Amino acid sequence: MMSKDQQIKTTPLYQMHLDAGAKMVPFAGYEMPVSYPLGIKKEHNHTREKVGLFDVSHMGQIRLVGINAKKALESLVPVDIIDLPLMKLRYALFTNKSGGVMDDLMVTNLGDEELFLVVNAGCKNADFDHLQSTIGDDCKIEFLEDVALLALQGPLAHKVLSEIVPSISEMTFMTAKKVAINGVDCLITRSGYTGEDGFEISIPAKDSEELAKLLLSNKEVEWVGLGARDSLRLEAGLSLYGHELDTKHSPVESSLSWALSKIRRAGGEREGNYLGSKTIMNHLDEGTESKVVGLQPEGRMPVRDGAVIEDELGNKVGIVTSGGFGPSINRPIAIARLQKSFIEKKAKLFALVRDKKIAVEVVSLPFVKQNYYRG
Amino acid sequence: MSIKFSEDHEWIQSQGDDLVVIGITDFAQEQLGDLVYVELPEVGDECSRGENISVIESVKAASDLVAPVSGTIIEVNSRLENEPELVTEDSMGDGWFIKVRLSSPEELDDLMDESSYNVFIEE
Repeated sequence: MMSKDQQIKTTPLYQMHLDAGAKMVPFAGYEMPVSYPLGIKKEHNHTREKVGLFDVSHMGQIRLVGINAKKALESLVPVDIIDLPLMKLRYALFTNKSGGVMDDLMVTNLGDEELFLVVNAGCKNADFDHLQSTIGDDCKIEFLEDVALLALQGPLAHKVLSEIVPSISEMTFMTAKKVAINGVDCLITRSGYTGEDGFEISIPAKDSEELAKLLLSNKEVEWVGLGARDSLRLEAGLSLYGHELDTKHSPVESSLSWALSKIRRAGGEREGNYLGSKTIMNHLDEGTESKVVGLQPEGRMPVRDGAVIEDELGNKVGIVTSGGFGPSINRPIAIARLQKSFIEKKAKLFALVRDKKIAVEVVSLPFVKQNYYRG
Repeated sequence: MSIKFSEDHEWIQSQGDDLVVIGITDFAQEQLGDLVYVELPEVGDECSRGENISVIESVKAASDLVAPVSGTIIEVNSRLENEPELVTEDSMGDGWFIKVRLSSPEELDDLMDESSYNVFIEE
């Protein structure tokens, strides 16, 4: 909720979205494009087949600087930051004292005792306060206010971007590069949130419109809004904070154990020593009662967030955390948090949608193959 | 064969004998975006004005179709179950939703004509 004195914000590309005919909606305190005249389905498919351009400037961009920055950040995430190689990215999670998740983020090692974080728009103020209050004495924490973030995603993203910046050809998934585009210093990472190959470009706000126009001048590139961003990430089986991740569930309960670095786990060289480590290590060791899984609903009716999952006897087994329609596979798909015992005994499960019981099958994620460029 | 419009962006076309065909307007389908599923009522169901009788699902969200009139549902456009895109492509034609036999034909008088509806959506 916004307080009265907080005005709804816009990104540096706001006028471009209006000019492109975008449908704007409030999202995390920003007026954001949910779709363009192409429509969510076509925007989604265009990203899978060619290239989509996303304005994700609402996301938080934070710099940590100082000789102790890496060590300090490690005290807040269950992830290996100290050994993160130069110009590499790692997915991380801010945990809380009880082992829950406060936000998920991308961390890039820029070298020279400098880390670059990208955090969720809806959490960025809380994240900044959290960083200040916990490690504010150990390193400099800089909230980058005057920067935009553009995501270029899809199988042709590499071709489109290399025409502008030839040196990105050598980049692989989860690496970063500092480049100059028309004399403007940018940070490019080969990463994204669609399951496709692609890049995110951090660029000074004042130069972002020119870059967006340059990218859009390529006929393969179309604007893609938040609506398709959500259906793309859902098909790719990627977690969304506030849905698959929240303060009440540990990363293990949210099926993100893969993100917990071995060196920070029990028996590792730098085990524990982050908020909630006891609970999380216990969950890794003892297992959990619930986990996050893919669901394939039977038929055509979408099963959406919040739908209760029951077994044949009407026992509540879990809840849908994200659900909708997968345009690439042309059927409804969902992600749910379910009690493990019912998954293990292969119970027949149903989603409750408006008094109807829709049969659902537990399936492995992702729904659509991830196409990252690993070299 | 007059056509009327509701504030919930439905069109209601009279076919005589207290029969009407109901669908959603172009304005409504544009607002909803790409439709992926339409849940229709059962033939024989009674509906009363203001009641939710159908659910229209877009990629993004589910919306209700509110009965603009009261009566009995005598036919549904079952093609929409597998081809919800008909609503997007031809909202006033092949994308119709239901056919209703009116129980209170005077309710039609409370609906807007086309010019009033056009003013309504401009506002």
